[in-house]
Amino acid sequence: MPDFLLEIGCEEIPARMIDATSLELRERVHKLLERERLSPTGTISALDSPRRLAVLAPGVPAAQPDVTEQITGPSASIAFKDGQPTPAAQAFARKAGVEVAHLERVTTAKGEYLSARVTKKGRPACEILSEMLPKEVASIYWPKNMYWRKPTEKFVRPVRWLVAMLDGEVVPLEFDGVRAGDKSRGHRILADRQVQVPRAGSAYVDVLRQAKVLSRGEREQQIRKQLDAATRTIPAARWREDKTLLDTVVNLTEFPSVILGNFDPEFLELPEEVLVTVMRDHQKYFAVEDSQHKLLPHFLAVLNTDGDPQGVIRHGHERVLRARFNDARFFWQTDQKHPLRERTQWLKHVTFQKDLGSYYEKTIRVQRLSSWLSESIRQRGIAVRPGVIHKAACLAKTDLTTELVKEFTELQGIVGGLYAKVQELDHDLPESTRFAIANAIYDHYKPESMEDSVPRTVEGAVLSIADKADTIAGMFALGLQPTGSKDPFALRRQANGIVKTIAEHKLPIGLGQLFGDAREAYRDSAAERKFSQTVDYAAALRNFFRERLEFYLKDACGFRYDVVNAVLASGHDDIVQTIARAEAVSRMRGSTDFESICVAFKRIANILRQANTGGVVIVPLNADLFSQPERELDDHMRPINAKFLRLCGQGQYFEALVELSKLRPYVDQFFDKVLVMAPEENLKRNRLALLEMMKNGFSQVADFSEIVIDSKESKESPKQ
Amino acid sequence: MNSSKPNPLTFQELILRLQTFWAERGCVLQQPYDVEVGAGTMAPETFLRVLGPKPYKVAYLQPSRRPADGRYGENPNRLYKHMQLQVILKPPPDNVQEIYLESLGAMGIELRQHDLKFEEDNWESPTLGAWGIGWQVMLDGLEITQFTYFQQCGGVDLGPISAELTYGLERIAAFLQDVDSIYDIVWARDPETGQVTTYGDVRLADELQFSVYNFELADVGRAWKHFELCEAECKGLLDGYAALSQEKSASDGLARNKKRFPLLAAYDLCLKCSHLFNILDARGAISVTERVGVIARVRALAVGIAKAWVDQQQDQPTAAEEEEAVVQRAPKAKREKLPSAVSS
Repeated sequence: MPDFLLEIGCEEIPARMIDATSLELRERVHKLLERERLSPTGTISALDSPRRLAVLAPGVPAAQPDVTEQITGPSASIAFKDGQPTPAAQAFARKAGVEVAHLERVTTAKGEYLSARVTKKGRPACEILSEMLPKEVASIYWPKNMYWRKPTEKFVRPVRWLVAMLDGEVVPLEFDGVRAGDKSRGHRILADRQVQVPRAGSAYVDVLRQAKVLSRGEREQQIRKQLDAATRTIPAARWREDKTLLDTVVNLTEFPSVILGNFDPEFLELPEEVLVTVMRDHQKYFAVEDSQHKLLPHFLAVLNTDGDPQGVIRHGHERVLRARFNDARFFWQTDQKHPLRERTQWLKHVTFQKDLGSYYEKTIRVQRLSSWLSESIRQRGIAVRPGVIHKAACLAKTDLTTELVKEFTELQGIVGGLYAKVQELDHDLPESTRFAIANAIYDHYKPESMEDSVPRTVEGAVLSIADKADTIAGMFALGLQPTGSKDPFALRRQANGIVKTIAEHKLPIGLGQLFGDAREAYRDSAAERKFSQTVDYAAALRNFFRERLEFYLKDACGFRYDVVNAVLASGHDDIVQTIARAEAVSRMRGSTDFESICVAFKRIANILRQANTGGVVIVPLNADLFSQPERELDDHMRPINAKFLRLCGQGQYFEALVELSKLRPYVDQFFDKVLVMAPEENLKRNRLALLEMMKNGFSQVADFSEIVIDSKESKESPKQ
Repeated sequence: MNSSKPNPLTFQELILRLQTFWAERGCVLQQPYDVEVGAGTMAPETFLRVLGPKPYKVAYLQPSRRPADGRYGENPNRLYKHMQLQVILKPPPDNVQEIYLESLGAMGIELRQHDLKFEEDNWESPTLGAWGIGWQVMLDGLEITQFTYFQQCGGVDLGPISAELTYGLERIAAFLQDVDSIYDIVWARDPETGQVTTYGDVRLADELQFSVYNFELADVGRAWKHFELCEAECKGLLDGYAALSQEKSASDGLARNKKRFPLLAAYDLCLKCSHLFNILDARGAISVTERVGVIARVRALAVGIAKAWVDQQQDQPTAAEEEEAVVQRAPKAKREKLPSAVSS
């Protein structure tokens, strides 16, 4: 069976898009072949580079298999008169493409009918591919695309050639005005020529390699090898691993090589954060460090060519880096002319969000909010320095006015922290206080992802939470909460940051209170007049944070989905307590008594739900109506519940659940011997009231009816 | 290394080489536009020419002023005014990238010895209602050209699109001459005496004095007045153009009246607004609440002109009207009054 090859030759595709698109194209071709009954015998592979997306499918059937089917025609009584075929029979035979003599008969419930076996010829693969592939290519998703011919023809960049082949034969297809052939192109500089592809399959990979185009895997391997080799020339040095950067340079090159360059050690006086940002984000260089992770005055550049024998390229890269570092140093020095404390006023000229005003206004709000926050957690026993937070909040955004941040925006916060460390922030400020302020500013954008660490200090944590809460509160109040894939202000990421920071610093902060305060900080501002009148602010935020916490508990903490559902059903205002409850429930899972209780709660929930929909009104409990099992349950439930609530109040959720588990024999006995939905209305109501009491009495930790008990799960004693 | 070459191109030779290269590929060699612009894109040879269906190829040098980027001549890599060589190819030929790479050869860059990458970089100008898709072209880690396929200009979808190549001349010259400061670039070398004139000799005073003006002395009140006057004049013209189509009595001469209508003058006024906005911005005179609004005001002018321009290009006078215009003779036409909205 022939091999199939499709190569889309394109002007340079953005590096960030190549991996995802390669996967998508492979998937599209795979599904197309499957759908058309042309499934390949081997695994589909891809070969892509900045200038091409190629898919190789080994062993594609030359044609679809023929399909034989039985079709039914007119009834035999109509089709034959006196043993002779009528026009109806002849028409059917024509339609089926068989002789009348070859028509068969089938007997159905309605009588005897004519029938015929029809063989539908499978279409050739070539025909199907040339018809269907252009549609698949046109459907590829691009984060940003363009047109260059007709506005309806869109692709990431202009398509300049196409190769489509089944073995050695060209599949005649056309996309955006380009006709497929058997000619590819080599590396732009090293093999700038048309390359004849002899046939689909490994021959294609071979001719590309000769034309200095390597596969993704080969490029990555070659880069890693050369990074190692170049670094080995410096004693005790290593290159700083950076997956994102590596992926980028792999997808910026067709034939990579690596050079080691140097810079003046004088630049090492600049903060490492600045040097690494310049190298990584602006020049796509790898940093080189010693065994103590200290930066060395070298860099590694990945080239899209086979080497640099005369050092011309290295000289060029060193020159550019020198200019960049000089710029950074110039910015650093210029920025010192106006210390951060002067710049708070300048924030009046920096927009935060068009309806929420300037960063100056944000600064004032965050200052107030973080003061309230620090006071509130101080009262609840957290050691915190309100003065540090106040000053840090005042200066946190001032680095937005610095030359360094205007140039390297990804260093916002970090630059403020670095400047605060070397500047006089206030008269007579002890150095330790200044450093604490600097650290809080430095960390206040953290965590920038779920993998990133949270601010190092409580002061940094409070500032970070207040800053993010202010943004989220403002946007929600405007009615601009994230919807679906639309989240331009990255509010989800910021909310995740709040959850993670509160969780890891174990801060006693209620979300309701936090966002009430954050909203309060906007009172009487110009922004407030723009706020939506229709949005239920509190409810929207509650739902938003429920989702965020669900994500955090499942994805970051690894709790089972049913534990998460159970725990969130009991509320999520206090993140630390919610996590503690989830931990307790997870630990109790596997205890036979506890699981049995969960089953009972599920039963209770069902009974109460049915009773509710049946319109049964639950009355106050009447102990005089109790039978023995009811009385025993009630007698034991009261002290256990009291103890349970006391333990919950102390945050000892596991112990509380152990206490609850002691109720099991009485619950079991109750359900064994008592019919809840008794015919006597008063008994029924009383029993429902007892169950309602039990449900409500233990709802502080979780809704146990949400816990899913797998029968095959091994029954162990709870982990201690 | 570049220094090993006996005499790398001077700044002016670089300009000449590029201009010659593009002239030989069929481009009209235009001269720099004589109204301040922030980028070569804003010159009418780009902004207006990319609109409408008519093919066009043009190359021109364009000094581009960005008041906020001034550094008093103290920073070796930053300028208030820098020189761009701008090329517009409408529509772009299929081998536009290859032709571009040839132009590097014309500057004396032997590609086989260098590291070349096309890295994603899309361009957008909110003030012009324009955007495009493209790359920054990186040579040995240096961004030497901005390569953009225009998609929209003045809020108008383009058909055909244009390719815009913008060469950053100071960077390229510093690279070719292997100097670390823009001010050390050799601008010219006297062939007889070997006497060298540097970029600093030519432009340093310019950088210093305009930084002082833009950052310290530009009178905010008067700059605002200038802005408002230019805006009002521009709006008046746009209203006048719109009024042409409304006037029923003039319908017979409509196409001719449209053709002679000074939209080009309106565009100059829009450019002045844009530059005045940049000065006010550098001066720190535009508050947060104003900023978005002022950009929107300039964009409204740019978009209005783009739409009118497309209309004006479509509505070419008929042969009969042309004839009539000739019969009426030019002097009389000159005395014709513009619509009242403008003259008031």
